[in-house]
Amino acid sequence: MKIKIEKLNAWFGKNQALKNVSLAIPVNTVLAVIGPSGCGKSTLVRCLNRMHETIGSAKWEGKIVLDEESIADFDPVTLRRRVGMIFQRPNPFPTMSILENVTAGLRLNGMRNKKELESIAEISLKKAALWEEVKEKLHQPGVSLSGGQQQRLCIARALAVDPEVLLMDEPCSSLDPISTTHIEELIHELREHYTIVIVTHNMQQAARVSDDTAFLYMGDLVEHGATKKLFTNPKEKRTEEYITGRFG
Amino acid sequence: MNYFLRKNVNRLMLFATFICAILAMIPLVLIFSDLLIRGGGALNFDFFTQLPKPVGETGGGMANAIAGTLMLILTASAMGVPVGVMGGIYLAEFGKGRFSSWVRFSADVLSGTPSIVIGIFAYTLFVLPMKGFSGVSGSFALAIIMIPIILRTTEEMMRLVPVSLREGALALGIHRWKMLTFVVLKTAASGIITAIMLAVARIAGETAPLLFTTLGNQYWNFSPLEPTAALPLQIYTFSISPYEDWQRQALAGAFVLIVIIFLLNALSRLIFHENKN
Amino acid sequence: MRADFIFEKTTKVFAFLSVAIVSLMGFLLLMESWPSIQQSGFLFLIKKVWDPVIHDYGALPFVYGTLVSSGLALIMAIPLSLGVAIFLSELAPYYLRRPIAFLVELLAAIPSVIYGLWGLFYLVPLLREKVEPFFIDRFGFLPFFEGPPYGIGMLPAAILLAIMIIPIISSISRDVMQAVPQHQREAALALGATRWETTRVAVLRYGKSGIFGAIFLGLGRALGETMAVTMVIGNRPDISLSLFAPSHTMASVIANEFAEASSDLYLSALAEIGLVLFLVTFLVNMIARLLVMKTAKPFAAV
Repeated sequence: MKIKIEKLNAWFGKNQALKNVSLAIPVNTVLAVIGPSGCGKSTLVRCLNRMHETIGSAKWEGKIVLDEESIADFDPVTLRRRVGMIFQRPNPFPTMSILENVTAGLRLNGMRNKKELESIAEISLKKAALWEEVKEKLHQPGVSLSGGQQQRLCIARALAVDPEVLLMDEPCSSLDPISTTHIEELIHELREHYTIVIVTHNMQQAARVSDDTAFLYMGDLVEHGATKKLFTNPKEKRTEEYITGRFG
Repeated sequence: MNYFLRKNVNRLMLFATFICAILAMIPLVLIFSDLLIRGGGALNFDFFTQLPKPVGETGGGMANAIAGTLMLILTASAMGVPVGVMGGIYLAEFGKGRFSSWVRFSADVLSGTPSIVIGIFAYTLFVLPMKGFSGVSGSFALAIIMIPIILRTTEEMMRLVPVSLREGALALGIHRWKMLTFVVLKTAASGIITAIMLAVARIAGETAPLLFTTLGNQYWNFSPLEPTAALPLQIYTFSISPYEDWQRQALAGAFVLIVIIFLLNALSRLIFHENKN
Repeated sequence: MRADFIFEKTTKVFAFLSVAIVSLMGFLLLMESWPSIQQSGFLFLIKKVWDPVIHDYGALPFVYGTLVSSGLALIMAIPLSLGVAIFLSELAPYYLRRPIAFLVELLAAIPSVIYGLWGLFYLVPLLREKVEPFFIDRFGFLPFFEGPPYGIGMLPAAILLAIMIIPIISSISRDVMQAVPQHQREAALALGATRWETTRVAVLRYGKSGIFGAIFLGLGRALGETMAVTMVIGNRPDISLSLFAPSHTMASVIANEFAEASSDLYLSALAEIGLVLFLVTFLVNMIARLLVMKTAKPFAAV
């Protein structure tokens, strides 16, 4: 198991966003987290790299284990190097070029060697399936790209620091269908080397890209299991109602 | 590897910026405590009831200056508040075209203009033609300082009133001006009152534009056409004087002024937050 | 409908008054300074001698004093203000942010004349008795620390100005930093940046022009600041490199001499200094607003 979550509770001020969530994520698999908006699915992934606690009133309790080590014992900074994150809205740094964006994490870590930086940038951009589109304009600003390209740039930026886990918080929600397809294809390729957790409100997408699916409702983990099984033969009534579109 | 270094740079910057915050507050603490001790100590009943004593005599007060400042604030508000509030209403409700960007631009210019320059303006407009210093010329200068503060805040506050509230009122079939005055303006009132209080707090301590408009006065005066005493002016004159007794009076005056201004600030904040919740 | 029309037009008239005031102010300042402009033209700003008795008016000592005092104030205030802003917007624990921000804002509410009085009664004696003798003793050979320790002079004026613009620069740049979208910070944090690195990479770079705008707003305030400066700068129209020497600024000469200006030309020369001050602060403030808007605008679109 790459990640084990045991009895995770999370709050925003007095609102409890997650209640006693326990689940495990095997190495190099894709877990999709689905559920109606406000069900705590974003909070769940944000707990995994401890981004949740960067919000003023937020806190969490419980145990999250990454490779047998509790993430509470990690320094958040080290943890986030091993657990990368992609956000809903593509968020390249607007003051930086494409190349600078991809290498931002490495440069923070003190890497100064230009050759090395450029070669890692190339590898990362290739992994993110963006290299062919940007190799001629690496010094243009990152925000000059289209929305879908920006999101792949952000993926390359996350990959460049060589994480083991990728968290994706509705990565396609602001993208057009073609860009969405690109990202989904990318997830297929990336799963060979990375453990991926993807939050999505799109059930077809969950069915297409994931091995396992977790269904959250009002902070409770209602059901968790193999994606095929969950979508064809859900155990819980609420899961069935949600995936057949009766609420949410 | 260099993670240790990064961690410590982070700690160092947290510490350094914290020190900056402490340093920035030192003057506040020093000024307030100094004024409290020396200014508060020099304060007595006479200060609020007596006229200033001529050089050589001890005692006396700044009663006329306090009254003068109140008078200046009232007359300045009578000029500045309507212009600010009505102008703000215009900008929020009708202000779309080129004219309203000129209005906003002018307000920005006014708020950036040094108050001493506004003083020269009031001098040329009032003192020169009237051939004499007067309270009203000072009030005019102070009113100009108030206008941009009130104007821009009124505009912002009116814009914060939700559209649903406006539409709800209009749907009842009342006129737009009634909707604006009774619904929108009423909802925005606490914000506008806050702005007015802050503007008053600002002009209560303004000195530069009064130097050659109201000029100051050692005696009582209630005519707006005569030179008038004002608290900040009196503080200025007394503090640069070589006489110890006057300097003591200046400290007492400064203490009174700063207390008034802090109270106005705290009160306005209170009103604003009370209504926001 | 009629009532609505009247209401709109009435508010419009009041709105127009702001425009009218600014235009009239510019016009009257120009009229008032016209005799002086005619007399010496552009030379006015670079002539060194200011002697009202022989009707010789040169504003260079004041221009110099204004620029140097404001410049020194900026040098002191910028690092401190940015530190405060970063602390309040990015690094401080949440429970400290509001109270400290409130106190810094109170600093902005203190009137200029009280800063001046405090400078005169506390800062100047401290400088005269402790600080200046120390520097003269050890570094007196440098032109910046020449002359007797008067206490009053350029140094206390610059210090007071710095204290007065710190709340402006810090609160505006804090606003600018807070307007940086959260997703920019999250992007940096998720890459494993520390809080400070997040500030540097995501916040400061994004808000750079807005922060410059905040600094310009502080400069605009410093250039026109009158009372505090007048009370401690010594009011002598000399040009000296020494921080300890009495000096004069454009605002302080108007404050000191306007009410007593005995001739039309004298008054006109002072008005011209006012006009120049008006134009310069106008320019500085416009640049500041454009810069602040440059960072503020994209936020509105996001």
